[in-house]
Amino acid sequence: MSKTDYAYETDARIAGDILGYLESHEQKSFLRFLTCGSVDDGKSTLIGRLLYDSKMIYEDQLASIESDSKKVGTQGEGLDLALLVDGLAAEREQGITIDVAYRFFSTEKRKFIVADTPGHEQYTRNMATGASTADVAIVLVDARHGVQVQTRRHSFIASLLGIRHVVLAVNKMDLLDFSQSRFNEIEEEYRGFAKDLGFGEITCIPMSALNGDNVTARGENAAWYKGQTLLEYLENVDVLSEKEGRPFRLPVQWVNRPNLDFRGFSGTVASGHIKPGEEIIVIPSGKRSRVKEIVTYGGNLDEAVPDQAITLVLEDEIDISRGDVICSTDGPAEQSDQFMTHILWMSQQEMFPGRQYLFKTGNKTVPGSITALKHTVNVNDLNEDAGKTLHLNEVGVCNISLIQPIAFDAYKDNRKTGSFIVIDRLTNETVGVGMIDFSLRRADNVVWQDLEVGKAQRASQKHQKPAALWFTGLSGSGKSTIANLVEKKLYDMGRHTYILDGDNVRHGLNKDLGFTDADRVENIRRVSETAKLMLDAGLMVCVSFISPFRSERQIARSMMEDGEFIEVHVDTPLEVAEMRDVKGLYAKARAGEIKNFTGIDSPYEEPMHAEITINTVDMSAEQAAEKIVTWLAANGYLQEG
Amino acid sequence: MNNMQISELVSRAEKLAGQTGQSLSTISRKLLNDGKGLARLKDGGQLTLKTLESAAQKLAELEQAGQAVTPKALTHLDRLEAESIHIMREVVAQCQNPVMLYSVGKDSAVMLHLAIKAFYPSKPPFPLMHVDTTWKFREMIEFRDNMAKGLGMKLITHSNPDGIAEGVGPFTHGSAVHTDIMKTQALKQALDMHKFDAAFGGARRDEEKSRAKERVFSFRNAQHRWDPKNQRPELWNIYNTNVAKGESMRVFPLSNWTELDIWQYIYKEQIPLPGLYLAAKRPVVERDGTLIMVDDDRMPLEEGEVPEERMVRFRTLGCYPLTGAVESEATTLPEVIQEMLLTTTSERQGRVIDSDHGASMEDKKAEGYF
Repeated sequence: MSKTDYAYETDARIAGDILGYLESHEQKSFLRFLTCGSVDDGKSTLIGRLLYDSKMIYEDQLASIESDSKKVGTQGEGLDLALLVDGLAAEREQGITIDVAYRFFSTEKRKFIVADTPGHEQYTRNMATGASTADVAIVLVDARHGVQVQTRRHSFIASLLGIRHVVLAVNKMDLLDFSQSRFNEIEEEYRGFAKDLGFGEITCIPMSALNGDNVTARGENAAWYKGQTLLEYLENVDVLSEKEGRPFRLPVQWVNRPNLDFRGFSGTVASGHIKPGEEIIVIPSGKRSRVKEIVTYGGNLDEAVPDQAITLVLEDEIDISRGDVICSTDGPAEQSDQFMTHILWMSQQEMFPGRQYLFKTGNKTVPGSITALKHTVNVNDLNEDAGKTLHLNEVGVCNISLIQPIAFDAYKDNRKTGSFIVIDRLTNETVGVGMIDFSLRRADNVVWQDLEVGKAQRASQKHQKPAALWFTGLSGSGKSTIANLVEKKLYDMGRHTYILDGDNVRHGLNKDLGFTDADRVENIRRVSETAKLMLDAGLMVCVSFISPFRSERQIARSMMEDGEFIEVHVDTPLEVAEMRDVKGLYAKARAGEIKNFTGIDSPYEEPMHAEITINTVDMSAEQAAEKIVTWLAANGYLQEG
Repeated sequence: MNNMQISELVSRAEKLAGQTGQSLSTISRKLLNDGKGLARLKDGGQLTLKTLESAAQKLAELEQAGQAVTPKALTHLDRLEAESIHIMREVVAQCQNPVMLYSVGKDSAVMLHLAIKAFYPSKPPFPLMHVDTTWKFREMIEFRDNMAKGLGMKLITHSNPDGIAEGVGPFTHGSAVHTDIMKTQALKQALDMHKFDAAFGGARRDEEKSRAKERVFSFRNAQHRWDPKNQRPELWNIYNTNVAKGESMRVFPLSNWTELDIWQYIYKEQIPLPGLYLAAKRPVVERDGTLIMVDDDRMPLEEGEVPEERMVRFRTLGCYPLTGAVESEATTLPEVIQEMLLTTTSERQGRVIDSDHGASMEDKKAEGYF
């Protein structure tokens, strides 16, 4: 073929009716696909062929490729179409494709984005990258070699990343005189292998990328093949209908707040449709409202469709922030903090189960860890192997645990709301990517009750600010005495209060617990949860527990909202407390009659940053209570809420 | 109860349904909070005066907003637009101090238009920045200032003071030195000075081979270097925006647009462009086969060179001494697109900077060029 046969050529309408041409091209649909295959299967040549045959190559590009072909081309004096595609200098020198490259071409019907991805096993991650945004995968095989290990690998990765449409491009058929029996043999073998991969549809095409047969034009050499050419297939494959009929999801990216009168939630519709007036639910909060307007710069919409970037205005002022997902009320997203996932590792630095990473979904970043690697998946034969870690390009089935719940769908149901990346907290590198299989919590699909009456309402009914005064100190330090006096003062001021201490908790709620370290931790956990419920009820709670461990007090603090947890260190030296020994417990502990007694044979970790410290040696219980109430007043806790 | 009013309400609602393609029950729900309400009224049903009044008011509002866009299946331009908007919102939600590099060209024009759409009704919450080599077409500068003023957006301009002090320019120092000092170094200075951690750029993957492999969120180290062999994987539409202090992101919202997409979108959205893109009589000299416009008297004319008025336009805009004009009769946007589609050379050919050798852009980008 000569260069002039394929040089850039234009549609006759461009010269004749440019406005009509523009209008028809405005209505083109869109398809993203990826090509994969090993080094010598002719992948780059195939893409070069598509660009070349759709007349997308300009004279100057052609000239530069002609000169490069002579220098480094693999086609002798012929034009090496692969040079159109292999972009990076290193790649041109080594004659291989290292990274994902994106190519663009269009026909009358469609605009295409091609992800050209490398074939070697060490570039599994690059192929996954290309596959993540593609709807169709073209898997190339060399007709002479048939289905190879890499064919299986590429197909597995395509299926792992959720691609539903696969073209098996049986290339280099020209070298086998377009043998129909060979083609059938390959097709049969491939379909047999791929039946468990969950593809929606597989199309097999015999072709020669080098000569162009069945790529854009039907080849005379394979008259027996009656199916579509590759380009016909790409122009007609329907990837949209399977995405229809899914429930509405808008992952909130950004809260749009130009002034006090407008509050919109901006994001890209991940699935489903929405119209003004329809009811929505916010996950994970469970709050409900209705859509008031769908705002875009071009005017308000009557309906928003998948992949549209919109701003929703709701009828009620409810608290929504980045990371939330606005869903239709029939079929909302699930929410959970523990998942089983498939993770593909992308870093030279191996994965460490237990290490803290950042997990980023489409709109939310949450710290968490990979709690268990259940097994690795061999990308070549899909076997499950035992493993302690994941190395670069390895795939594993992992449990992950996040520090707070996120809204999600299973990846197989929604690629946009079921995917995440794993970021190293020190280097900020993207070290892995994952797909959610399911939540590990049973209650995952229970949407939290959206109570009309909330903490704020309860507190304001009582005209107060909820707070937990957490008294910590040695046994006999005077915690309970002071706490009781503080409660009495607050009660006298008309506050709604409660007191939690060892006596009223250890006899009931916690009577199954002893005094080992583990039981002490559980004791404090239950008390913290109870205190939290009381805050939610709008109360001011005095919690009076030895609570010897800093970490447990820290957990209690972190469970509550900022400012709600007020740590009061009742600081009495051990000698003083032991001397007082109101309940005779120190004597018993010294005599060995009580085990694990704080201060004697179990440690007490003093607070480092208590809000209030009471020195009971210098001050009476009454003075101490007065000091605490004064502190509360000075810090705004006694204003009418 | 006035039956005339009810029948008028029903007939106007039906008309609205026909115009907007919404079902009568949808409109009924909007007016009466009841999908079957209008049907009942049609069959002689009654309603209170208060309900009628509120329904009439809502109907009037709906009729006024009757321009509301009805969505169809998204076209490729719709999809490109949505993707770019998603990218821009992600930057604003995640980065501390973003900026948009505004080069005054057609790609910048599209990028700016998309930014206005992305944050509407808010203004784009970042400033524009133009690295002025001091050799831009005068018309570009005028257009730039008018745009920023019209939009009420902050515009930062920066020229390399060292380069100015040393009188660096394309005629005296050559295009390579000029571009490095007045463009690449100037850009780094400006980004460092304002401590921007993310900078939007209008580059597209179809422009050049090494761009085809660059990420949408392209990580730069504290020296602004791009490492093509160590790029962060970019999957789905999840972008890793995390950077340490001093490091930054170059963000390319137009990565997946082609030149034709840009032109088509400009045409469809009626985006304003500098007049230089349209053919007009302009004073040019032909030098080494390239038509250079004599934009000011800093251009030294060589022996025998006499500027002549020719009908020319520009396919890309940059420093006037480095930007070749093409002879053209295209004075309207469709005509420009027509010529663009009929041409047989790629867009960057008019730029003096790329044509040395194949990997040149990759080298420049590694150094920090956009």
